[in-house]
Amino acid sequence: MNQANKILKWFVSDSFIVSLAAIVLGLLLGAVVMLVGGYNPIEAYAALVTRVFGSAYGIGEMLRETAPLLLTGLAVAFAFRAGMFNIGAEGQVLMGMTGASIIAITLPGIPTGLHMILAVIFGALFGGVWAGIAGFLKAKRGVNEVITTIMLNWIALFLSNYIVRTFLLLKGDQRSENIPASASASIDWLSSAMNNARVHWGIPVAFLAAVFFYYFLWKTKQGFELRAVGSNADAAHYAGINVGRNIVKAMFISGVFAGLAGAFEVLGVFHYQAIYSASPGYGFNGIAVALLGMNHPFGVMAGAALFGTLSYGSGGMSFEAGVPPEIIQIVIGSIIFFIAAQGIVRFVIKPFYGKRKKEKVL
Amino acid sequence: MKKAVKLSLFMLLAFSLVLAACGNKNSAGGVKVGMVTDTGGVNDKSFNQTSWEALEALKKDGKVGDIKYLQSKSNADYEPNLNEFIKGGYDLTWGIGFALAEAVQKVAGQNPDAKLAIIDGAVDAPNVESVLFAENEGAFLVGVVAGLTTKTNKIGFVGGMEVPTIQKFEVGFKAGIEAVNPDAKFTPIYASGFDKPDEGKAAAATLYDSGADIVFQAAGGTGTGVFNEALDRFKTGKKVWVIGVDKDQSLEFGNDVTLTSMIKRVDVAIKTVSEQVVDGTFKGGQTTTLSLKDDGVGIADTSKANVPQDVLDKVEDYKAKIVSGEIKVPTVE
Repeated sequence: MNQANKILKWFVSDSFIVSLAAIVLGLLLGAVVMLVGGYNPIEAYAALVTRVFGSAYGIGEMLRETAPLLLTGLAVAFAFRAGMFNIGAEGQVLMGMTGASIIAITLPGIPTGLHMILAVIFGALFGGVWAGIAGFLKAKRGVNEVITTIMLNWIALFLSNYIVRTFLLLKGDQRSENIPASASASIDWLSSAMNNARVHWGIPVAFLAAVFFYYFLWKTKQGFELRAVGSNADAAHYAGINVGRNIVKAMFISGVFAGLAGAFEVLGVFHYQAIYSASPGYGFNGIAVALLGMNHPFGVMAGAALFGTLSYGSGGMSFEAGVPPEIIQIVIGSIIFFIAAQGIVRFVIKPFYGKRKKEKVL
Repeated sequence: MKKAVKLSLFMLLAFSLVLAACGNKNSAGGVKVGMVTDTGGVNDKSFNQTSWEALEALKKDGKVGDIKYLQSKSNADYEPNLNEFIKGGYDLTWGIGFALAEAVQKVAGQNPDAKLAIIDGAVDAPNVESVLFAENEGAFLVGVVAGLTTKTNKIGFVGGMEVPTIQKFEVGFKAGIEAVNPDAKFTPIYASGFDKPDEGKAAAATLYDSGADIVFQAAGGTGTGVFNEALDRFKTGKKVWVIGVDKDQSLEFGNDVTLTSMIKRVDVAIKTVSEQVVDGTFKGGQTTTLSLKDDGVGIADTSKANVPQDVLDKVEDYKAKIVSGEIKVPTVE
């Protein structure tokens, strides 16, 4: 009973309702934009839902789209809980890709499974260390992590391109060699059962990471310290918590999440690493996902699922309803806009919300 | 105030429902052709756009039924986008650009009954038709024009990315310049992508500032930056030239700065292979390279606006020599 009450409470909690209202408002605004453009919004939204949930392939690809978003969302949210804004998930994803590729391609002959796990661990470490640099600079020299992580994004982009181009290149192409089958993180039996959707072990790992996030922050002493530093670093210092060490630790774990996202993109989805002309955008979408999930692991989970659904389903909107991709971007953008601009959402839902609260009082 | 908000929301919903009912869906019979763009998108003023326009022309002539394109947001989208068309029962699915080669290969293997085709990439599968272009030959011809037109004896090149497809342009262009003007100094600059007009503009500025008076761009969307830099200079009274790529870019950017354009007839490729599917003569498993001989590459018809006739005659000479095999244009340095 108590448990059920708790869940119920969560559903009527402020943050949940605001998020829900923001999504609805975003979809409505998107519908208006589509109407102005002369497209049928109901048909378009129906196509979006059918593309994702209409087939096993769609569900699998949606999960594939969701996994890196969930991991980068967790990365941003985790750093945020410790009082930092990790804009560098993008670069940490790239480093994660690079770390995984190096192990996967340059060390053939390791037994299947073990090879994959080793590559994943290396990818995660690369991401963690990359974020740790920003954490270290903040802890030691007080350098603002927003600036260092942005700059590290560029370094990561060009460094990983350099590594791929110099050591891993498939001759005459813009990508690395294929990873050997022993390092593949694809779940082949499930993939063939789902019409070749690219499902991989990163999907369950991403969900486990969210559970770890929750457990670590709220059920362990170390997590308590991190949150204390995040709430008020001075108070935490006064209470005897080593602030610097916690900052580095938080950034490292944050980077590990992002690094995992990158490692599984290489090992599970592409099976090679591309030379990117620009940042692929996983980390930046992760910021939006973290925002959507209010920096709570289970919120991030929902946010990533929503984002993955919209992002993958949007292809259906242009396929079935002929909506051009630009308008789809406006729809997605407006949902993020309403979530970021909570003031507007609160203002709009106040009439409904206020009344209900009053009833409660009575 | 509250009422107003509520009312407006309600009206919005009602309005959308009413208009939604007016939506229409039209579907014609005939062969259905789909096309997946690379991340450049369908309005890249380059080969994605040319491909789509070719499909639209085919539809207009009534040769094919439904046509549709899907734009790829990232390289993770290539596979699901191709699959969307195959699952939708499309008779032919195009992948546009070398970036899609891997995805086309994989999807073709998973769907042996589907028909696919790719531009600029060679895919080895029995149900895929691959079309490549001899860009080096077309670039050679505009290289001849540049070599004979330059006054400063300095010529630049802006490439979108340092990839084999683009290097073919550079090498052919350079060979063309050297054939007619061995003293000219040639400087290539590569950008980091095909969607970076700012980098294109900066690269063009560097080249023009160092004395070059002609810049050949093979950079997709990045190339629009090259044109913008040239137009800016033209407005301040400095005359510089750009050589366009893929389609006749003088139509887009005007004759003030466009010396000529190297044409890549992606439209011919799209048309030929799509019609093969209509006629039932589609074989698949082949890689075709469209060269000067097939008019797959060439020089824009409107070139005479800025290029004197004697230069164009020279170009024709070289064209004949390349077609006859007397001159072999290199593809790599």
